Amino acid sequence: MNDSIVKTLGVAFAICLICSFVVSSTAVSLRDMQNENKANDKRMKILQAAGIFDASKDIKEQFETLEPKYIDFNSGKLLTGSSLEEFLSEHKGDYDQIAATRDSNYSKSLSTSEDIAIIKNRENVGKFYLLRNEDNSINKVILPVRGYGLWGTLFGYISIENDFNTVAGLEFYEHKETPGLGAEVDNPKWKALWPGKQLYRDDEVVLEVIKGKVPEDDANLAYKVDGLSGATITSRGVSNMIKYWFSDSGYANLFSELDYES
Amino acid sequence: MNLNRYKEALFKPLIDENPITLQILGICSALAVTNNLTVTLVMCVALTSVCSFSNLFISLIRNHIPSSIRIIVQMTIIASLVIVVDELLKAYDYETSKKLSVFVGLIITNCIVMGRAEAFAMKEKPLLSFFDGLGNGLGYSVILIGVATIRELFGAGTLMGYEILPLVSNGGWYMANNLLLLPPSSFIIIGLFIWAIRSYKPSQVEEDDFALSKHRTSEDLTKRELNV
Repeated sequence: MNDSIVKTLGVAFAICLICSFVVSSTAVSLRDMQNENKANDKRMKILQAAGIFDASKDIKEQFETLEPKYIDFNSGKLLTGSSLEEFLSEHKGDYDQIAATRDSNYSKSLSTSEDIAIIKNRENVGKFYLLRNEDNSINKVILPVRGYGLWGTLFGYISIENDFNTVAGLEFYEHKETPGLGAEVDNPKWKALWPGKQLYRDDEVVLEVIKGKVPEDDANLAYKVDGLSGATITSRGVSNMIKYWFSDSGYANLFSELDYES
Repeated sequence: MNLNRYKEALFKPLIDENPITLQILGICSALAVTNNLTVTLVMCVALTSVCSFSNLFISLIRNHIPSSIRIIVQMTIIASLVIVVDELLKAYDYETSKKLSVFVGLIITNCIVMGRAEAFAMKEKPLLSFFDGLGNGLGYSVILIGVATIRELFGAGTLMGYEILPLVSNGGWYMANNLLLLPPSSFIIIGLFIWAIRSYKPSQVEEDDFALSKHRTSEDLTKRELNV
């Protein structure tokens, strides 16, 4: 009597129950390891953006060479002295700025006109990294950036040379773009176009991803990056991301401070 | 217990009844994940384990599955196993799991898994079904590993990331064939495999669906056909 309604419903229910139990217990028991993998992957991307990643060495160890710094986005200034100590003790040295965007105590909701990269909530404090030379001067700054592409937000890190204008590298650690089209932001060939590009011209953010290929004799070669074919909206998202994070509401005011420090 | 049936279930799908070359199933992932041998090996292990365990579990409850919902029951079991495999990969081999991206999830829709569940596990005993799943997974793996070896070796000059043929761009002598790194090349390679296997075993050659009739002249026709 396999086909009676009671048996059919019973079997369906039992299968669902057992399968959901198996799936959820696997997911829960492996979550710690997966999160650790994700964290390491993010560290690797930061190191790659800085251009110092060495696959043969331990990622965590290499990551220690970078110096974490904090920026207060409301003022655009570095967090220093007592406010930094207060901030660190509040977060116990384990600050997740993406998680902070989900908490209104630690973030600010952006108005549509401000929010050109469509990030919705902007955290009050951003965590970035410094790569120092042996004489303690700044070599590179590695800054977290994010912006909305076609299907979701692209999360990445961009590293800037110590002239605070020249791009040294760009890496994304999380995005939901279409494989083969928008997901080509991960393509090493496309990422290789970024180093050497200039962010600012006359204190204005002008670096952008254009549509199509940049002609080699273009006078503004240094301010333009080839577009991704078939991914106009992703390309535009990356442009807006650059525009937002290097404006005054992002890192623009930070650079003069860092310049002074080094 | 008839040992021969187990042997048959395990070894027949390798060449004689290979799911890819004879039944032309599971081509999608065969095209997509074969440009790197490491990734291919992980994919093969994932598919083989899903295929054999889904066969085992479905066969265990085969006498209790109502026929009206049997496909959805099979899908639920297969999908759960695929998610478990995906989670395990994310925990233990994050790099490869990122490269495989959606293709692990797509094992759910792989015709081989579903086909074996419906055609074999619904009728046969659990252990035998397990071996059948294992055999079909291995049959899939044999072809994929073959394709991946050719593609990675001649497309990138490496095998599992280790340099075998030094590339011109790295100061060696081998000019890489970039076509091999693109999915269409596996179509060609699988086609060549099918040709080779069918030349070796002509019994696998399919009969033409619509054979051309022999050309006949008026002399061959009977009088009746000519209406004389």
